[in-house]
Amino acid sequence: MTDALSRLLQSRDWLLADGATGTNLFNMGLQSGDAPEFWNEDEPDKIRALYSGAVDAGSDLFLTNSFGANASRLKLHEAQHRAYELSKLAAELAREVADKAGREVIVAGSVGPTGEIMGAAGTLTHESAVEMFEETARGLRDGGADVLWLETISAPEEYRAAAEAFARAEMPWCGTMSFDTAGRTMMGLTSADMVTMVDGLPNPPLAFGANCGVGASDLLRTVQGFAAQGTERPIIAKGNAGIPRFEGGHIHYDGTPELMAKYATMAFDSGATIIGGCCGTMPEHLRAMREALENHTPGPRPTLDEIAEVLGGFSSPSDGTGEDAASAERPRRRRRRA
Amino acid sequence: MSDEEDIILSELDDEELVQQMHDDLYDGLKEEIEEAVNILLERGWEPYRILTEALVGGMTIVGQDFRDGILFVPEVLLAANAMKAGMSILKPLLAETGAPKMGKMVIGTVKGDIHDIGKNLVSMMMEGAGFEVVDLGINNPVEDYIEAIQKEEADILGMSALLTTTMPYMKVVIDTMKEQGIRDDYIILVGGAPLNEEFGKAIGADAYCRDAAVAVETAKTFITRRHNQAAAG
Repeated sequence: MTDALSRLLQSRDWLLADGATGTNLFNMGLQSGDAPEFWNEDEPDKIRALYSGAVDAGSDLFLTNSFGANASRLKLHEAQHRAYELSKLAAELAREVADKAGREVIVAGSVGPTGEIMGAAGTLTHESAVEMFEETARGLRDGGADVLWLETISAPEEYRAAAEAFARAEMPWCGTMSFDTAGRTMMGLTSADMVTMVDGLPNPPLAFGANCGVGASDLLRTVQGFAAQGTERPIIAKGNAGIPRFEGGHIHYDGTPELMAKYATMAFDSGATIIGGCCGTMPEHLRAMREALENHTPGPRPTLDEIAEVLGGFSSPSDGTGEDAASAERPRRRRRRA
Repeated sequence: MSDEEDIILSELDDEELVQQMHDDLYDGLKEEIEEAVNILLERGWEPYRILTEALVGGMTIVGQDFRDGILFVPEVLLAANAMKAGMSILKPLLAETGAPKMGKMVIGTVKGDIHDIGKNLVSMMMEGAGFEVVDLGINNPVEDYIEAIQKEEADILGMSALLTTTMPYMKVVIDTMKEQGIRDDYIILVGGAPLNEEFGKAIGADAYCRDAAVAVETAKTFITRRHNQAAAG
């Protein structure tokens, strides 16, 4: 256990992660449709400002601006050969900001989905996915990331491919999935399924969890679903600051700093150790979350009713775990033999 | 498997065969669907009847279970692939026989967004419901959308975004259409994980569709409304 994140996890009851990348960059003038990763080269001061925003607000860990820095996504901008280079730049700028923080701050190298479909119905092979992830992983490692941070994944195949790539790059990692479809990932994975998958990996992550998805309430239900499996692995909660609304030409998330502060303490009581935000979570939200966590007296796990009352209702009545698991099983149809 | 009885498609009567096709679509069995479509054609079924009763009927069940969280994307993609295989046999025949058309949709993922899973699902489900679909793929700038809807004389424009960073681009497209005075010539449907109904309204779309099944229902409703208006006017 020599990596920086493991050391920090041992010395603390909770860690505050960061908030949004996209929402913050839009506010700095990023145009819709442009690749945020180009700013690592073209607008390094804005990327430093993005990172500093999280660090100054009290984040113990922040993600690099490399979510889309894989060959598949960069291809949209005819930059498929720049995955390594843009990832490395993202991590270098982050290292610089973290080292100036005056306290231990973890640089987590963000690795987002390829956007392609794997498995029986898809086009992306396991081997190509591993290669793509490895390129990004090496860039982040060489740029000085402490840990790799897989996020917003829907398919277990893609999660596994990334894990293999991170083993090749010999880097510790964390990985979260996005539970946005009736409490499951788009590909139908439940929170319980994810725990089983993660525990079965040859190089399991230091921590795992959920990010993005629908709203803060749904995310906490997912976190409780992880915890119910009795896992010892630290759980990550990175929920959106409410729901997106379009105001005055900008995307605005309706979650207030006060709401996110409540979300943070409820995430802790639900079993999460690494707590942060996702879309819409700005430095003012992080500040409120930090203060709330510092002043929080650990309490019992909030019930789903309490979560709904404080943070808003759930997007679906069930999330496919517990008693609902059996009824949500796919009905078997009679099948003809070939 | 050995305790299951072999089903020989050609030995089933029409009703049983259509039922079996619904099941095979549900299970994503492409070859079985192709075989069954050919059997029904040989039995003298009109292509349009095969489309509506066997394929659209089967995909409706898939759509309902997808909407209700019983089926998820991987299963729906396999079902849609099987449906597509059946459709490709029927398509040229439908054109020859002058079968009724539901309407035409141009669909694409907005500029900067590579995520096309949702869009593909909508595209396939719309075809499954009998619509003609022109798929522009991913990463579409406003010019491509406008050129395509005009060239194809589409009824519906569908736009999809899966990222916070790309969803505002839908508004760029709608605003440009307004500037050119063509906004009201089309039904505009938007979809994608980060969106919601309020967002759809705020950017000036006709409707936000939560998933592919809802998109099909919404498209049908708007097309019917249009036809009624045309008849009344």
